[in-house]
Amino acid sequence: MLFVVCLLPVAWYAGDLLMHGVQGVFERYADPIKTIEHQSGIWALRFLILTLAMTPLRLLTGSLWPIRYRRMLGLFAFFYACLHFLVYLFLDLEFDLADVTEDILERPYITIGLTALLLMLPLAVTSTRGWMRRLGRRWKRLHRLAYVAAVLAVMHFWWLVKLDISEPLAYALILAVLFGIRLVARQRQVARYMRRVSSPDGAKRNPG
Amino acid sequence: MLIKRPDDIPASEITDPELYRQRRRFLQQGVAVAGAALTAGLWLPDSVEAGTRLANVKKSVWRVDEPLTPYRHVTGYNNFYEFGTSKAAPARYAPKTLKPRPWRVTIDGECEKPGRMDIDDLIRPHALEERIYRFRCVEAWSMVIPWVGIPLGAILRRFRPTSKAKYVRFETLLDPEQMPGQRTRLLRWPYVEGLRIDEAMHPLTILAVGLYGEVLPHQNGAPLRLVVPWKYGFKSIKSIVRISFVERMPRTSWNLAAPHEYGFYANVNPHVAHPRWSQRKERRIGEFRRRKTLMFNGYADQVAGLYKGMDLRRYY
Ligand code: HEM
Repeated sequence: MLFVVCLLPVAWYAGDLLMHGVQGVFERYADPIKTIEHQSGIWALRFLILTLAMTPLRLLTGSLWPIRYRRMLGLFAFFYACLHFLVYLFLDLEFDLADVTEDILERPYITIGLTALLLMLPLAVTSTRGWMRRLGRRWKRLHRLAYVAAVLAVMHFWWLVKLDISEPLAYALILAVLFGIRLVARQRQVARYMRRVSSPDGAKRNPG
Repeated sequence: MLIKRPDDIPASEITDPELYRQRRRFLQQGVAVAGAALTAGLWLPDSVEAGTRLANVKKSVWRVDEPLTPYRHVTGYNNFYEFGTSKAAPARYAPKTLKPRPWRVTIDGECEKPGRMDIDDLIRPHALEERIYRFRCVEAWSMVIPWVGIPLGAILRRFRPTSKAKYVRFETLLDPEQMPGQRTRLLRWPYVEGLRIDEAMHPLTILAVGLYGEVLPHQNGAPLRLVVPWKYGFKSIKSIVRISFVERMPRTSWNLAAPHEYGFYANVNPHVAHPRWSQRKERRIGEFRRRKTLMFNGYADQVAGLYKGMDLRRYY
């Protein structure tokens, strides 16, 4: 069910293409290539943020269900980011390698977008149960890269807008709130632990 | 989760402009017939509404031999930050709030006959011409647009600029009621643009009052806008209320907002990149493949002489 919902953004534009054909799409949208480039970028960022919202949600609600959706949301973030990159590479720049290299080397917002995408790649690969088991504790550390990717993606967005930073700012604020919740939860955990360790019966229970 | 409407509303959700214009014309003909019956010969203010056909428009030799960009994209996809920052915003909001009549224009500064006059008085002495120009946005998309207008030089000469008039400064209306985007502080309002006097007097530079043979739609800068076809689109200032002859180079809006990205000259130049995108190629709206951007947007034969000896990398 959620799977289908996650496909809606791409299905919407695919439907346009099927119903109206390439010609029709160019009549309806002034610049359809830019439109999908923007929409896929935006949805990649939204899914990435949703993915990162699952742990705070668990902390707030105390129930485990958000964690069950985390992997799927993360993979959709990766899916839309790949789509975004492919649209950029093949439809926008028409695979002109000189243009692509110039973009990557000279335009920080592209460099940083590519970095975000490359960071997401190992996360997508190691998202299976098998890899989780194999990596053990290291899996968690590795997947902290998702935060880095999200921050880079917001910076990518911030640097590419001409003047109106309101949209990237909104995403930056959401990210900040999500980080905030984790931080507070973590501090409480530490405080609880400290209390337990320093109280006399706690000390009894934890000799050494 | 933040769910936003996509920036580009499918054009199909907007009233089909053909249908819209047919309705308009039908209404106007009705008004015209009724008006003529009652007050034969009286000037009808309705006849300057957006979408009305302009009479006696001369074809000019300045016509690009490339397919025209469809009307719905010319009028449905553009930048006009006074109405919002998305490309669909001008078409959505400008017709609701902008009032292009009555409209007064001030011409002042270094000239012998400054004045403030109604736009119709400003325009009336001149023949309207159709100019089919390429239009190249700094964001690397482009169009081909059949403007209707008057050479700017012909208008400016009426006010007898003095030898101190080295530049011409243009100003858009400042009125947040009519232009709600001016409540933000994205740009310094009112929008200001400028040209060197020789650029302003160049025969390719026009003041447009229409497109596609009709009165200029609100979202395209009604009732009066500049069109300088060899420069990036942001130079072609819209909804002008003031034209001033000045001695010093005016500070222009985009240049003030981001001086390293937008220069005063802003000539279309495939060899000088914008910091965030190359300018070598452009996507013509409606076309699948990009095309090469031409020096001075294809008008090099006519305008390259204006910049002889100038370092165009420095004066971007
Ligand atoms: C190889 C990596 C990437 C490249 C080359 C790339 C390139 C681009 C380009 C060219 C644009 C459009 C700029 C314009 O307005 O002209 C864009 C927009 C955008 N990209 Fe990326 N991007 C990459 C990765 C990512 C990733 C990983 C994300 C998010 C997770 C992302 C999110 C966005 C967003 C949110 C936008 C703005 C959409 C809008 O304007 O509405 N990008 N990107």
